[in-house]
Amino acid sequence: MKKRYIYLLALPGVLFLAVFMIVPIILTIGTTFFNENGFTLKAYIDLFKDKYFTDILLTTFKVSVVTTFICILLGFPAAYYISKLGTKKKAFLLLLTIFPLLTSPVVRSFAWMVIIGKNGVINKLLMGIGLIDYPLNILYTPVAIMIGLVHLFLPLIIVSLVGVMENIEIDVLNAAESLGASKMDVFLRVVVPLCVPGLVIGSILVFVGSFTAYTTPALLGGKQRVISTFLYQNAITLNDWQVASIIAAIMIIITFFVTTVMNLVAKKLNPKG
Amino acid sequence: MQEKNRGLALFTILVFVFLLGPLLIISLTSFEAGSILKFPPENYSLRWYENIFKVEMFFTTFKTSILVSLGGNLLALLIGLPAAYALSRFEFKGKNILNAVFLSPILIPGIVLGFTFLKFLVAAYQLPVYTALFIGHTVIMLPFIIRVIASSLSNFDFSIEEAAESLGASKIGTFFHVVLPNIKSGILAAIMIAFLESFNNVDISVFLTGPGVSTFPIQMLTYVENYFDPTIAAISVLLMILTAFFMFFVERLMGLSYFTKR
Repeated sequence: MKKRYIYLLALPGVLFLAVFMIVPIILTIGTTFFNENGFTLKAYIDLFKDKYFTDILLTTFKVSVVTTFICILLGFPAAYYISKLGTKKKAFLLLLTIFPLLTSPVVRSFAWMVIIGKNGVINKLLMGIGLIDYPLNILYTPVAIMIGLVHLFLPLIIVSLVGVMENIEIDVLNAAESLGASKMDVFLRVVVPLCVPGLVIGSILVFVGSFTAYTTPALLGGKQRVISTFLYQNAITLNDWQVASIIAAIMIIITFFVTTVMNLVAKKLNPKG
Repeated sequence: MQEKNRGLALFTILVFVFLLGPLLIISLTSFEAGSILKFPPENYSLRWYENIFKVEMFFTTFKTSILVSLGGNLLALLIGLPAAYALSRFEFKGKNILNAVFLSPILIPGIVLGFTFLKFLVAAYQLPVYTALFIGHTVIMLPFIIRVIASSLSNFDFSIEEAAESLGASKIGTFFHVVLPNIKSGILAAIMIAFLESFNNVDISVFLTGPGVSTFPIQMLTYVENYFDPTIAAISVLLMILTAFFMFFVERLMGLSYFTKR
């Protein structure tokens, strides 16, 4: 087979992406480092001096980190349980996990508006049993964004962890048990270490997904901005494309940095070497 | 030991209550007769389902979404299928780079992509909003098309292809008569997964709306900002039925392994 022929197969796709995505992205990032006098970081320094922006960046970070941890705490045991089930039950629970994953994020965020709103399900329930006198303000806070994001990404981490756990050979677990380890020991000292690389990769997906999510914070965050809604506000409402481009560049730099570092960590931690 | 497993089972049940409970609640509220969302509903009625069809914009944007998702799908398939074939069939220089290029639309934050499309496709390239929407959706569907088809090709035994060629079939003839029929279900699954990804997209479409052009999810967002009646709950139920259908077919076509092995 001629080599040139192979490249020809991929050429339309590469050209399409180059013209409509790659060049635009590179130019968007590139131009933020220049003004009429040449290379400069002034635009970035100005933005980072703005407390409004650094607050948003910090909130986004906090929300994403907490979301990632909650997803691991809830997802890991659930995935372990699912992975040990028989074929039919496992397939059924996986379908139940994948269903919300494929459901529109607008639908999922809207459902939470109904649940945590001022007259929502939770407040009615708590006031009904007399636990609180006034409705709690959950909707339109960072906590609301967090709840929505955990709901958005929990299926993702469960599904990818089940994939990892299925690959752990039963023999390894049986060996540990026959050598006298308790079920808890097997879980903590055999299963968890073998899952770490998969866990790190799952965490990257959740963190980056939370850090850049738009729909959930737009619906559940109210006036509370995160970096993606701040980008939208600058691009559309304020029509300040210069600042919007800088925010876009910051988002790309942070997501690529986190992804690269975490991938290196995953490689280092892999007990199989 | 049994105790511990029971604890784990209970924990897992609670996780699923958290995952599916909200979807159940929203489904029930869609049958509320009054104009305020209530759970549980006080009086049952289907009036909000009727209301969906009374709002003109839902109809127009639904049509736009379907056209953009189907059209973009076709284009993504046209340029993605040969690329997926090249990537899974051959070893060549720069293969890793090509793989990364084709996956890159997933790696770049959606909101950044959307803004860049506005800045370049609409502003710099002066394309009509509708065309930009179409191109933008093709870009985000491409990685899904390529990934699903490539994974389906990885199960294909290429020696069959070589056998056909050695018996005198042309390369192109072999592709259409031997390879393609064997990965048919993978292609269908790819189309469905990419369709859902595009049809539900907000991050890109939110930048590419203009006079008279908007997509269904964006129209839903606009509606929620102005009204808090059960119409969106009713739409949610219809969308979930659609999602369940797609999921059922994808599972039939290629199992669930696509989701667990990434």
